Amino acid sequence: MAFRGPFGLWSAPRMSTRITLNDEALLADPTGALFWPTERLLIVADLHLEKGSSFTHRGQFLPPYDTRETLDRLARVIQRYRPVRIVCLGDSFHDADAGSRFDRGDLERLRRMVGAHDWTWITGNHDPAPPAGIGGAVAPELRLSRLVLRHQPAAEYQAGEICGHFHPKAAIVARGQRISGACFVTDGRRMVMPAFGAFAGGLDALDPAIGALFGRGGYRVLMLGRERLYLFPRDRLVGFGAPRRASA
Amino acid sequence: MNVSASTIPAELLPAPFAAWFAQRGWTPHPHQIAMLAAARAGRSALLVAPTGGGKTLAGFLPSLVELAETPGTGLHTLYVSPLKALAIDIHRNLECPIREMGLNIRAETRTGDTPAAKRARQRRSPPQLLMTTPESVALMLADAKADVLFASLRCIIVDELHALIGTKRGDLLALDLARLARLAPGARRVGLSATVADPEALAGWLGAGLAAPVERIVGVGGPAPEISILVPETRLPWSGHMGLHAIPDIYAAIRNAGTTLVFVNTRAQAELVFQALWRINDDNLPIALHHGSLGPEQRRKVEAAMAAGRLRAVVATSSLDLGIDWGTVDLVIQVGAPKGVTRLLQRIGRSNHRLDRPSRAILVPSNRFEVLECRAAIEAIRDGELDGTPPRPGALDVLAQHILGMACAGPFRADDLYDEVRQAAPYAALSRKDFDDVLAFVANGGYALSTYDRFRRLFRAADGRWHVIGPRVARQYRLNVGTIVEAPMLTVTLRRGRRLGEIEEYFVQGLEPGDTFVFAGQVLHFERVQGTTVEVTRASSDDPKVPAYAGGRLPLTTQLAHRVRNLLHARTAWRDLPDEVRQWLRLQAWRSQVPAPDGLLVETFPRGGKHFLVAYCFEGRNAHQTLGMLLTRRMERAGLKPLGFVATDYVIAVWSLRPARDIDALFDQDMLGDDLEAWMAESSMLRRTFRNVAVIAGLIERRHPGQEKTGRQVLFSSDLIYDVLRTHEPDHVLLRATRADAATGLTDVRRLSDMLARVKGRITHRRLDRVSPLAVPVLLEIGKESVQGTAIDALLDEAAQELIAEATAMPDDNAGQMDLFEADEK
Repeated sequence: MAFRGPFGLWSAPRMSTRITLNDEALLADPTGALFWPTERLLIVADLHLEKGSSFTHRGQFLPPYDTRETLDRLARVIQRYRPVRIVCLGDSFHDADAGSRFDRGDLERLRRMVGAHDWTWITGNHDPAPPAGIGGAVAPELRLSRLVLRHQPAAEYQAGEICGHFHPKAAIVARGQRISGACFVTDGRRMVMPAFGAFAGGLDALDPAIGALFGRGGYRVLMLGRERLYLFPRDRLVGFGAPRRASA
Repeated sequence: MNVSASTIPAELLPAPFAAWFAQRGWTPHPHQIAMLAAARAGRSALLVAPTGGGKTLAGFLPSLVELAETPGTGLHTLYVSPLKALAIDIHRNLECPIREMGLNIRAETRTGDTPAAKRARQRRSPPQLLMTTPESVALMLADAKADVLFASLRCIIVDELHALIGTKRGDLLALDLARLARLAPGARRVGLSATVADPEALAGWLGAGLAAPVERIVGVGGPAPEISILVPETRLPWSGHMGLHAIPDIYAAIRNAGTTLVFVNTRAQAELVFQALWRINDDNLPIALHHGSLGPEQRRKVEAAMAAGRLRAVVATSSLDLGIDWGTVDLVIQVGAPKGVTRLLQRIGRSNHRLDRPSRAILVPSNRFEVLECRAAIEAIRDGELDGTPPRPGALDVLAQHILGMACAGPFRADDLYDEVRQAAPYAALSRKDFDDVLAFVANGGYALSTYDRFRRLFRAADGRWHVIGPRVARQYRLNVGTIVEAPMLTVTLRRGRRLGEIEEYFVQGLEPGDTFVFAGQVLHFERVQGTTVEVTRASSDDPKVPAYAGGRLPLTTQLAHRVRNLLHARTAWRDLPDEVRQWLRLQAWRSQVPAPDGLLVETFPRGGKHFLVAYCFEGRNAHQTLGMLLTRRMERAGLKPLGFVATDYVIAVWSLRPARDIDALFDQDMLGDDLEAWMAESSMLRRTFRNVAVIAGLIERRHPGQEKTGRQVLFSSDLIYDVLRTHEPDHVLLRATRADAATGLTDVRRLSDMLARVKGRITHRRLDRVSPLAVPVLLEIGKESVQGTAIDALLDEAAQELIAEATAMPDDNAGQMDLFEADEK
């Protein structure tokens, strides 16, 4: 399937899934990124860069490679869609101090990535002020056509809203085996994106905090498989068996 | 063959002790005297004796004699047991001679349950005898005052040594012994063990780092056990592991015996056998259930009733393999295959602790293959040929934990600590690189990337010694000590009712509301999960969905497998087999062939539109599971379109859409290269292994009761760490530790690799037109076991497709909002 956008004929990578959100055609990628062909805009949520190193103050030394891994993934998805604009949907940096903990090489790479695109950091609860010196614009939200991009959802139902924050994760049982994965959650008008960061945790898509965002019509999830996305309605999901704290 | 107390020289057994023995109408066993003599000479000793031989008293007697002669203050003897309950029980039993002889000796226990105030008092004023566990020893050694506490130590007794060796707890204890040798160089070591295959290895482990060798003392054994195989009147099942067909016979045996221990192999089996026995328990015999998932208070109740002689039978898993002696058991029934000779012998030893009469045991095979296995086990016991796991190098995650503990005790030089840990048997061959890498990991993660140079747990001071950064590190260590990582568990509770016990979270995750399962001896209806509680109601159904606990199933040992192969091959031995089994083997010889003792028989045949491959490897289920994963990967690559596989202890069956022809290539050793690496990236078993390594090493925190963080979250985040670490630093010391664990245990890679090497060039491929008699059991397992080998995406795809079919039949209220298809590249 091909789309005709303002930049001419554009081919979708094979494994992405075309979805319609508030009448805008989007491509959901199995990495958890979202591409808007008509705007040539790539959206990723909750990178949580330098989350691994944030545990050092507690004497815990998690592998310091999560930033590198997240940037690798981002580079691959940029390569795949060749966006002009990139929007990071908040909580891009795990904490206010994250900037000082960057490995020099990782930092340079991120700067180059930002410099090569029309880049917007949407602010999140973890990063109300992204570290200085990385580049890119900073905004609390972005309105484009029929969509509005922000980190946390508005209190009132808002059609066209895409948010992050929750790191939704879903599980199904197939052939007695339980399979879980990060997921997009949507009712076709509003959407919660999965976390893109390598060390980002997850909140059960069945959690009331997520359920409350959608009306009585219910919602579906697009679960990230290894190579493509899988669609399941809410009633096909099974719970995680224990309460989850949002790592948001 | 006891010696009269009066003939024993008084310098070995002083008069008050001889009088005490006489007063009880006992005469000391020769091994008890030998232990006294060894102690007098200041020698360390290993006592190998069956249960009931006064083994524990033999261990303590020299300490009691010494303390009676020269009473001293300070800690004299440290007794270490793998079981908390055992430490407490031994303490109780010791109080009796101490009281009756009027000895001025203080004996106390110290375990994780000991209140802080008592622990503090024990530090200030230690008892002469302290009964404890490996974890508590580690904690005491990590204290800054450990040198004071242990300076007076004269003797260390390690009980149930056979159960500790080759485990991570054993590694931890070995490291602690090395430290104790430095703090109390004169202390003797005493090991107490059940009969094992290789006592030499035990003595070597115990005496590592000591100047003088350990004296080996063998306790008197009773007469050979009487073991029979129960072949019921009813038809012998082709497959299955529960042994339910034999319940009436088992019940009759219980009725005819005084007290019976019914051992089974899994908790699920314990539940089912218990249920089935009660269904026909017309005499209302007091029969109880005991397994690791039941609440501790429930288990204690059963144990107390057993000790009081109020029970006629207990259905138990390995939860009763070790533990307190009950003199009253006079019959042991093993339902299902024994899986190993040593373990079977230890289980049988739980009956009849009077040494003048043989132990009595009945083996109940639950299928035809298990008849062979039971027969092979009996022959091995007759020949005195036990099995045991070969020693393996000490685990690096345990070393990490130990290094942190030693740093908490006080600053150290790396060279000194390296020399010290090599005094522990499992670490004797530890390379300096491994040691340095583990030390670097403990200090600040030890990553190649230098991000953490500013942050550390340990720092090296100007004098070259390593120090902890502050008291927080010691707190962290205390919370994390130990090598047992519990699977995330959920509490099972009757709705508005009582707590029934705990169940592995992953089992619950496979349940859907409305499913029924057996737990705590009843059929339960799964309602829902609330927080960390599984809410259930009693079900009326008699036909439960069986809990398929994966844990607790020990694989067939190499030695026993070897005997089974020989038995299959030696036709003259078939005479002693039940008719049904003999006919089955004859039919196999006629239709295909019987597997040879060496080499590998592989059969292929079509069935139901699919192509089956059955390999008679006899390497145990864990190695077969790994083989299945690797075989299906290669078959996938070769375009054979494998659909799944199922593994038993004896056989693996793989089925595919296209037939496998080049069997030699399929079983080539090179599957342990890239295929293994690729599989390791995805395997949930490797992820679980990594999680345990990460917890033990202190990379991620252990779950503690009352903490907000649930076990599930620990599991989740360790998966993310595993993925990232594998990609970016595949040689990190924790991944090395994970691979070392994978060589044994759940994945048993080493056993698989030994087999592939052994059968190279000796594979017999039989192309059959239909299933062979020997292949029937494994084919019957299909559908009972969850079929593996299907990729995650394929399962998701299947679930999604099924959903699409379902969805097209239903009105869709969001029609038009979302459509799902793959966008083609055109």
